[in-house]
Amino acid sequence: MQISMDIINDNLIVTLKGELDHHTSEDARKSIDQQYYKNNLLNIVLDLRGLSFMDSSGIGLIMGRYKNCKEERGNMSIVSTSPSIDRILKMSGLLKLMDVYSNIDEAIKD
Amino acid sequence: MEKNYMKLEFSSKSSNESFARVVVAAFASQLDPTLEELSDIKTAVSEAVTNAIIHGYEYGEGVVLVEATIENNSIEIIIQDNGKGIDDIDKAMEPFYTSKPDLERSGMGFTVMETFMDELVVESNIEKGTKVRMVKKFKSLPYEE
Ligand SMILES: Nc1ncnc2c1ncn2[C@@H]1O[C@H](COP(=O)(O)OP(=O)(O)OP(=O)(O)O)[C@@H](O)[C@H]1O
Ligand SMILES: [Mg+2]
Repeated sequence: MQISMDIINDNLIVTLKGELDHHTSEDARKSIDQQYYKNNLLNIVLDLRGLSFMDSSGIGLIMGRYKNCKEERGNMSIVSTSPSIDRILKMSGLLKLMDVYSNIDEAIKD
Repeated sequence: MEKNYMKLEFSSKSSNESFARVVVAAFASQLDPTLEELSDIKTAVSEAVTNAIIHGYEYGEGVVLVEATIENNSIEIIIQDNGKGIDDIDKAMEPFYTSKPDLERSGMGFTVMETFMDELVVESNIEKGTKVRMVKKFKSLPYEE
């Protein structure tokens, strides 16, 4: 899996590409947390559009980052356009906690 | 489709999670599944294999066994470990229940397997291991020869 990160104002934009499972989520978690705390950021935008696979390890990753954002009084949002990933997000109740956008600009604007 | 069977054994390493789901998906593709059906199978296999590694063997050494049988228009998948076992299966299968919240597990694995597959049966014995049996029926009937 590939992970790339950008900072726009108080937002950490995280772009994930490839397969997000138990094996790959550990590295993603460490990299995201490191950037988030090192730069004193508020919000996280997680772009999942490049993922070809995600299981419940992805839910754990999102849930954990959501808690971190809430602790810092920030927000977490997701960018996704894949029906199969949206199905898992819905099943896990994550959609009640955060908004899903179809692109990064919209996610930042809100 | 004529009955067909496969068996795969591998070390309980997280790097084998993608290997396991790709093998089962490739085997299942004989049934001409839709992309959604293939993605369902991959996700369910990934959940069960990950559970064997994290919970069954608790990151220790062990062997995970994956078997799949195709018959007519369905696939039966069995995923087994010889790990620590589950003492309360009903509780383990409840949505959001996890024995490892500190590891950022969400407790959704069994719920995902149940939702994405047509049948799910879990058998387990303490200190002996866990066996997960899942069946998926494909909508598209296989090509008749
Ligand atoms: N193979 C196994 N061996 C021993 N215990 C297991 C096994 N599979 C599942 N369990 C137990 O059942 C619980 C629920 O499993 P489930 O997959 O639903 O959630 P999880 O693995 O804790 O979290 P997630 O799958 O969302 O990352 C686990 O926390 C664990 O206690
Ligand atoms: Mg699990």
